Amino acid sequence: MGSGFFAGRFIAACMDAGTSSFADLVAACAPETLPGAGAAAAAQLGGATGASGAAAQGVSGAAGESAGPYLPHGTTIVAARFDGGVVMAGDRRSTAGNMIAQRDIEKVFRSDDFSCVGIAGVAGIGLELVRLFQLELEHYEKLEGRTLSLEGKANRLSAFVRGNMSAALQGLVVVPLFAGYDEDAGRGRIFSYDVAGGRYEERPYHSIGSGSIFAKGSLKKLYTDSLSDREVIMACMQALYDAADDDSATGGPDVARQIYPVVAMITADGFRRLSDAESGEYARAVVEERMREPSGPVAPLPPVTS
Amino acid sequence: MPFYVSPEQAMKDKADYARKGIARGRSGVVIQYDGGILFVAPNPSSALHKISEIYDRIAFAAVGRYNEFENLRKAGVRYADYTGYQYDRSDVTARGLANWYAQILGQFFTESNKPFEVELVVAEVGESPISDQIYRITFDGSVAEEHGFVAMGGQADQVAAVLKDHYADDLPLVRALGAAIAGLAGQGNGEGTELGASQLEVGILARDRVHRTFRRLTGARLEVLLAEAASAEGSGPARPAPGAADEPQPGEAASPDDGVTP
Repeated sequence: MGSGFFAGRFIAACMDAGTSSFADLVAACAPETLPGAGAAAAAQLGGATGASGAAAQGVSGAAGESAGPYLPHGTTIVAARFDGGVVMAGDRRSTAGNMIAQRDIEKVFRSDDFSCVGIAGVAGIGLELVRLFQLELEHYEKLEGRTLSLEGKANRLSAFVRGNMSAALQGLVVVPLFAGYDEDAGRGRIFSYDVAGGRYEERPYHSIGSGSIFAKGSLKKLYTDSLSDREVIMACMQALYDAADDDSATGGPDVARQIYPVVAMITADGFRRLSDAESGEYARAVVEERMREPSGPVAPLPPVTS
Repeated sequence: MPFYVSPEQAMKDKADYARKGIARGRSGVVIQYDGGILFVAPNPSSALHKISEIYDRIAFAAVGRYNEFENLRKAGVRYADYTGYQYDRSDVTARGLANWYAQILGQFFTESNKPFEVELVVAEVGESPISDQIYRITFDGSVAEEHGFVAMGGQADQVAAVLKDHYADDLPLVRALGAAIAGLAGQGNGEGTELGASQLEVGILARDRVHRTFRRLTGARLEVLLAEAASAEGSGPARPAPGAADEPQPGEAASPDDGVTP
């Protein structure tokens, strides 16, 4: 944004923009500041200066030399529904290759009063994606005087993820997990995404990120439809512990430093992020139990007849 | 067009035109109270707003032609969100926005045949009443910083005169609302019109709230406040003695009157 920022072009964009989308406004005024735009530009530059005749340039060629693995990555996010709302939790580690980049990163965010979003993948792009998404919802709300439907929010996020696709093909992959309370339907809902912007509603729980295989396996054995809000939070904590147990990129509860997973809960009353003290209670309960039973709760096996 | 019109005459005609248009509507009032900034405007519509949120601590009030100030409001939201996105949320200020509006209005006034028939107030609630900022921007792009209260549109001078009698620093919300109502009720065709909750649009920037501080006061909550304001106006002196009558009036002590409930 240069000296021309306040000049006629920006004023014209603000006065005449026939849209209530903040992302569209930025795309018209300063597209280079959108998340992933830098990566896409770098890819174009690489394609132009490199072997200009090589038709294979692009996906396979660039992915091989991607800086992706050496950038900080967010890891595991879990979300689960309960009667009355939805819970989302994320561990606190980000990793760059085999290094721990940060031990207290936050990857679960309030996106508006009735929704939250968690990110896995390249943290730099993911955090910007979240910031843009939060503004998109607030911007629409202020311009239109109403909030988007939960489906509408999920669709906007889908468009943002798709907008990052060329960067994703360069190895800078980021995918969000979106959860919210649907005021029309009167229940919590969870949406997952692929890098192409595909949007999938998940029932009744889901996980993304490097530890998601383990977290989902854990939730599969712990989750039932009848869990209360507190029990669902506990199930998510257990799932994150199991993810950290088997995935080196996912961080477990850091009792020494008192760094615990971020837990968000959304009900008809709106978004609430558990305080560190509250989250710590759940996390320490899990740790204590694992001192006695390192593998955690055991699901009962049906009787075997032979 | 063979006729010569002097620039002085052209500007004067435009200014007269804009002033007439703005005076045709009803006034709006922006007034400081101990817990923030209060916005009041007579408005029978609950869908078409004269008072709106712009950003975390900034709100907007306007009088004049709806389609024009609605366009300006949306532009202001875009300016604020864009500035906050490119820099930081704390870098969006009422002063910046007021100057930006002044640039737009001034440019339209000189360059286009028909100037905007609007008058705007941009207010930002600070950490303390001293750091509150209220800017009034008129149709020709002039900006004035105001302290305490502003009346705009309609018979703004009359409303301002009433407000001057009722205003004191650090009024509680109920007294500030009472002052605004007294000012607004005096205008019109001589007869004091009764302003009920359904004819009023009321909003506050509440100092103690975090993140987005703007709230609309509507429905039952507004009715309670109006009733308290009416009884405070009726029983208290026309001009509250500074420091003496700042506390809520006897009677309705139960309900929260500072407007900062979450």
